[in-house]
Amino acid sequence: MISPEMIVYIAVGMFAFAMLIAMIRFIKGPSVVDRVVAFDSLTITSLVLISIIAALSNRMIYFDVAIVYGLLSFVGVIVVAKYIQKGL
Amino acid sequence: MEDTIKLIGAIMILMGSFSLLVAAIGLLRMPDVYNRVQTGTKASTLGAIMAFAGVGLFKYESWGDGNWLGRVIILIIFILLTNPVSSHVLMRAAYFMKVPLSKLTKTDKLKEDIDNNVIKEPGNE
Repeated sequence: MISPEMIVYIAVGMFAFAMLIAMIRFIKGPSVVDRVVAFDSLTITSLVLISIIAALSNRMIYFDVAIVYGLLSFVGVIVVAKYIQKGL
Repeated sequence: MEDTIKLIGAIMILMGSFSLLVAAIGLLRMPDVYNRVQTGTKASTLGAIMAFAGVGLFKYESWGDGNWLGRVIILIIFILLTNPVSSHVLMRAAYFMKVPLSKLTKTDKLKEDIDNNVIKEPGNE
């Protein structure tokens, strides 16, 4: 019988693999926008990972970390895009 | 009954992780910046929402004490609102930065609009 925790651990492994693949694009992306997109994908994956850690270790305070991190990453992407577009 | 809800939550987290993995593979394989932005943000939005809902179901025994469900819903709404906006702004910035389009591109409506003076190119006023 597979316990639910075991399925969550398999999912955490898949998240880590996804972060590894996005990291390749982050390193070799030819333009700036490639890197920003890869960074955005990394951020969303790590948001999910933080919330899973919060659920597994039973601490709600980590969830607030995830919310603030998401907000900051959104602001960062918008600022970089405006800077590229000569709007800043 | 309790184990069933927990199992459903864990399976939803697994589906979300699969979707994020597909998004990362698309980020690596697509030929163009625009295709990469599209596949990256669309599939990762779906995967993140599914995984957050799975976390909310996985912790269902602590719905009474604390605000697990409220925080999960706040995160889902936040991602649903901000992710399309950031992808749109990024793609527009890439277009006006003159990143070359892929050779397979058939139509370019924004170029027609710029040629017809419907939209002004930023930075050249």
